[in-house]
Amino acid sequence: MSDIAISIKGLYKIFGKRPKKMVEYVKDGMSKADLLDKHNHVLGLKDINIDIPAHKISVIMGLSGSGKSTLIRHINRLIEPTSGNIDVYGKDVLSMSKVELREFRRHQTSMVFQKFGLHVHKTVAENVAYGLVIQGISLDQAKKDSHKWLERVGLDGFEDYYPAQLSGGMQQRVGLARALATDADILLMDEAFSALDPLIRADMQDILLDLQQDLHKTIVFITHDLDEALRIGDSIAILRDGEVIQQGNPQDIILKPDDDYIVDFIQEINRGRVINIKSIMNKGKTVEGPSFHQSSVLENVLTAVVDSDNHAANVVDDNNEIIGSIHLQEIATAIAKPAVKSNININYK
Amino acid sequence: MIDILGEFPAMKIGELREFKKSIDGSFSEFTGEYGEAIEGFFDPLLWFLVWFEKLLLATPWPIILLIVGSLAWAGSRSIKIASGAILAFIAIGYFGMWEDTMSTLAIVSVATLICIFIGIPMGILMARSKYAQTLVTPLLDIMQTIPAFVYLIPVVMLLGIGKVPGLIAVCIYALPPVVRLTNLGIRLVSKEALEAADAFGASYSQRLFGVQIPLALPNIFAGINQTIMMALSMVVIASMIGVAGLGVPVLRSISNQYLALGLLNGLAIVALAIIFDRVTQEYGKRLQKHRHGDHS
Repeated sequence: MSDIAISIKGLYKIFGKRPKKMVEYVKDGMSKADLLDKHNHVLGLKDINIDIPAHKISVIMGLSGSGKSTLIRHINRLIEPTSGNIDVYGKDVLSMSKVELREFRRHQTSMVFQKFGLHVHKTVAENVAYGLVIQGISLDQAKKDSHKWLERVGLDGFEDYYPAQLSGGMQQRVGLARALATDADILLMDEAFSALDPLIRADMQDILLDLQQDLHKTIVFITHDLDEALRIGDSIAILRDGEVIQQGNPQDIILKPDDDYIVDFIQEINRGRVINIKSIMNKGKTVEGPSFHQSSVLENVLTAVVDSDNHAANVVDDNNEIIGSIHLQEIATAIAKPAVKSNININYK
Repeated sequence: MIDILGEFPAMKIGELREFKKSIDGSFSEFTGEYGEAIEGFFDPLLWFLVWFEKLLLATPWPIILLIVGSLAWAGSRSIKIASGAILAFIAIGYFGMWEDTMSTLAIVSVATLICIFIGIPMGILMARSKYAQTLVTPLLDIMQTIPAFVYLIPVVMLLGIGKVPGLIAVCIYALPPVVRLTNLGIRLVSKEALEAADAFGASYSQRLFGVQIPLALPNIFAGINQTIMMALSMVVIASMIGVAGLGVPVLRSISNQYLALGLLNGLAIVALAIIFDRVTQEYGKRLQKHRHGDHS
């Protein structure tokens, strides 16, 4: 396994006047609703344990109110936890002094926001240079240093525009370039593309994946959109009512959903286009028939498998070695929607 | 029982007299003790005000016209406003109000500067701390609503009649808008912009001077504009305690029923107000031009 960049252990966040005391109640099993009714405190996050691998895109997904934006803000301590531990590359974030925390935010993390968070009184170039200016570099030098990022996100020529003169998609490119310019390893993206329309969103996802190929940043990506999560995530954690209810790689979540909530969640996705043949193959067995690369999705192999004599195909790895095989029946099973056992108790709050 | 309902149970007249007397007495004592020291404290202010007034009066009128015109242009970038300002000053001079206008200009400018120096930091403090806000807000309410004559009494008792008490009276009345709007402007800065600053590790001063103040500037400017307007409107009252300027002839025309004199000087004050207002407003608008993109 790869290195762990961020390790979150036993993290609780309760909003209200006496949060510390309330943690005890929650640990003793009090529910979110009871806590609100009886004690007028809001349970934000409950016993979060997540290890975020370095140099990968980790998606944290949940509906609104699930606590995902609260969670990401704990990583750079924009929100103070009620209890728990957060380590970033072995350093305890919660024990940092104000000055240490500032240095940590300046050099180790950067952030992209849902509503962009650009400074409207500054030009595009000044916005992109912002992180460097905060580090103490002069504005001129910072502009020079950050210019390549501005080019990288396709904003060459827009240096002297003001954010209000740009479209939403372009504004978020500014936000992305600003975050990249500090060379921080950890990139926190809080619903970064949620405010954009679908085409622009897909465009931005492409930009991000493209950048990630070269940069290998540790990206924590918050979203409420499962398609987005599946598209960009190396791993996904699903959050509900402040609790992580399943984490794993995207294939696992679709093929082995832990509970009804997730089953319901994944109902609407196009399974044939998401599930790859490697995750459903029979390891080691070889069959007569066509061969496909392990990362091919079911939709792309289906026709060939149907047409083949045995209704089967081989799965090969990057070196074209056969590592397993699949049959039509398995493909059909994987594509079929899992049954929702009980639809009644699902709570979308 | 019936007695109580009939008349409000007020303090006895004798007691009330004693109560008032003791307040008056202790304030007189305070004045006697510290009056000179306090006057000394304000000496540099007096010196600056007198110097500025003399400078304005000693400067040849064509140069003043030139300065007025170019300042108006610099602020508003509008030929109309700049030429209007020059024409208004020519009219003022033509009707013999040049010197009084210079005096008024001097006191209004100095009062505005003082209000900015005190008001903006106060507004920043209020925006930063809830306690400061709950403390200062009622104070500002008092300053804006208490009749000017009421605070003129202790000021005159303490400092006598003259320019400095006049200046203080003007400042008390004109300070609140700049404080309030600085506070408001900073509080209205978008949470997202501030969160971004925090996320990139901005220090308190980087946050204040790099984000909060620049984004609050249009509001702060509206406050300065209001402060100038209020300072101008205090000119007549200030002249009652010995401040030279356009208020003096107005006072004279009230007591002697000189309609034309009052009207002319009143109009001169109006002209100054309009010039100040238009120039600062245009400047304020220019400050927030970036907020309205041409993207549609």
